[in-house]
Amino acid sequence: MNPVTTPIYLITGTSKGIGEALANYYLQQGVIVVGCSRSHSNIEHESYYHHSVDVTDEQSVKHLFTWVRKTFGRLDVLINNAGIAAMNHAILTPASSVERILQTNVLASFICCREAAKIMKKKAFGRIVNFSTVAVPLNLEGEAAYAASKSGVETLTRVLAREFAEFNITVNAVGPTPIQTELIKNVGDDKINALLARQTLKRMGTFDDVINVVNFFVDEKSDFISAQVVYLGGV
Amino acid sequence: MSMRETLLSIIEQSFEELNDTREPGNLLSFHPEVALYGANSSLDSVDLVNLLLAIEERIEDELDISFTIANEKALSQKNSPFKTVKSLCDYLQIELAK
Ligand SMILES: NC(=O)c1ccc[n+]([C@@H]2O[C@H](COP(=O)([O-])OP(=O)(O)OC[C@H]3O[C@@H](n4cnc5c(N)ncnc54)[C@H](OP(=O)(O)O)[C@@H]3O)[C@@H](O)[C@H]2O)c1
Repeated sequence: MNPVTTPIYLITGTSKGIGEALANYYLQQGVIVVGCSRSHSNIEHESYYHHSVDVTDEQSVKHLFTWVRKTFGRLDVLINNAGIAAMNHAILTPASSVERILQTNVLASFICCREAAKIMKKKAFGRIVNFSTVAVPLNLEGEAAYAASKSGVETLTRVLAREFAEFNITVNAVGPTPIQTELIKNVGDDKINALLARQTLKRMGTFDDVINVVNFFVDEKSDFISAQVVYLGGV
Repeated sequence: MSMRETLLSIIEQSFEELNDTREPGNLLSFHPEVALYGANSSLDSVDLVNLLLAIEERIEDELDISFTIANEKALSQKNSPFKTVKSLCDYLQIELAK
């Protein structure tokens, strides 16, 4: 494999869930994947590089991107997958929980987009994919802080799409429906079923559903697709 | 070389890097009072971003430190630390001493 021509993907939150599935998928496609999470990763592959990074820590994120620049001299794709959620009634939600959600979902996405753009602009090519959720268009009760944070991610996506357009970097977002991961393991079946009932296509999402949309956004032929949010499930 | 001289040399090299991508008739001249931002500057906002990024990268590589050149007042007409080469150099010196 030639690291000069092999595409470099940076995916955040690869220790489990959707991020791990994305990393495994793109490794199978033959790209180099740089992954990160606070905990370790079980992915073992010669083209996988794991970094223990808390994405809310600007300095650590900066180090990660500097490492990418110095090691590969390029970055083709950033997938801002790392995220946290909290299901709770607003009246019972502590401010500290809101702060954590905003930091992980909005602040970290912002810092990663900023650092990625610096590297991507050198080659005048880049694809950034952010993560929203159907909780935004559905205005899901019980997810005020989470949905608000992902609204922030959507606006970030649209504004950065404009700011980075001159560098030939596209910025888009995918908005999954519920997918069985640790993120939603504490949400009761009744809540999930009520949510599925509000979707046009009434089933749980799968990793493949997400990969399909991400693939479309990162495709070289998608250079005229930017500032878009695609929701799963017909929401 | 003093820190000031090192920084000036980094800024000058970054100017040269930017000039490599410009038309021969449109080159930027390098001196302490040259305006980087505002009506008197021949740099547009993309040039400024490119210049500052080149500087950030050189500081990281040559001084072997982690550095981000982001600043709240970056695009403020009155107080931008990026107004002239001199103000930029003052700003970098203070930031790096932190
Ligand atoms: N699953 C769903 O139903 C669903 C629905 C809509 C949208 N989404 C979105 O999809 C994305 C992935 O969710 P998921 O279901 O795969 O969640 P998950 O299974 O909980 O995994 C989240 C990943 O993010 C990492 N992460 C969290 N905080 C981090 C931090 N501060 N620094 C570094 N890494 C961090 C976690 O690793 P560590 O804990 O090791 O740090 C983990 O690898 C999220 O943005 C989520 O909002 C999910």
